[in-house]
Amino acid sequence: MSRLLAALAAGLLFGAGLALSDMINPARVLAFLDVAGNWDPTLAFVMAGALLPSAAGYWLARRMKQPVLADEFSIPSNRGIDAPLLLGAALFGIGWGLVGFCPGPAVAALGFGLWQAWLFVAAMLAGMFGHRLYQQFFLRQAAP
Amino acid sequence: MTIEPLSPLYAVAGGLLIGTAAALLLLLSGRIAGVSGLAAAVARISGGTPWLQAASFLLALPLGALIASVALRDPQIELTSSVPLLAAAGLLVGFGTRLGSGCTSGHGVCGMARLSPRSLAATACFMALGFATVFLARHILGWAA
Repeated sequence: MSRLLAALAAGLLFGAGLALSDMINPARVLAFLDVAGNWDPTLAFVMAGALLPSAAGYWLARRMKQPVLADEFSIPSNRGIDAPLLLGAALFGIGWGLVGFCPGPAVAALGFGLWQAWLFVAAMLAGMFGHRLYQQFFLRQAAP
Repeated sequence: MTIEPLSPLYAVAGGLLIGTAAALLLLLSGRIAGVSGLAAAVARISGGTPWLQAASFLLALPLGALIASVALRDPQIELTSSVPLLAAAGLLVGFGTRLGSGCTSGHGVCGMARLSPRSLAATACFMALGFATVFLARHILGWAA
């Protein structure tokens, strides 16, 4: 129950931050990505602002035995930079640059009555499902 | 292709809220505030964060945005992309964030904050492709959006 409230509180703060900083507006994000056009620095300020408390949180977490409400920290331990990581990030970057939505702002925009945001999120989930099918296909190929 | 400038105060304040949310989820529940991973967990496409926690976070995301838009600043959502473009971009973002294990929140806000080499590499990579895509679309192909 307390972990549900924690998730709810974090989601509320996260969504409020995305709206306040205009990251929910794809045109604002595209203006940041458009270095050769009328460049808008907003995303850089948002990222800088976000990294401060986030880094403080991770710094604190390293000094804690366990989180306040759970038995252990679930932080990825994988440190190797491999082809799937870079290829995935590249595909994501292309999709991001096409419309100006990444997952957080797209989900946060769902409450504003824009069918475009719903279409984007539906396509995003389809893409995630497609990745699972692709993964299952290759796991089956690799099996003897 | 011009947009009204936004005061950096709004940008930094919004960023602080986002980072505080990530720190809160980490210190309380030990979880990474990565929206692509949480969305996959809610759609039961992958494991990770327990379903109810992931669903609460994702439900609260648009709620928080609505509250901020009423209480603090009304954002303008300018989204003029065509249906095929929205669909293609969504598919790429969904497939890419699963293959690459994260997006702007998981790799950008959380991963970079803990100096994860994987997240630093992924963030550099999707930023570079984001810049390249917009450059190609706007300045080579001459798309309006």
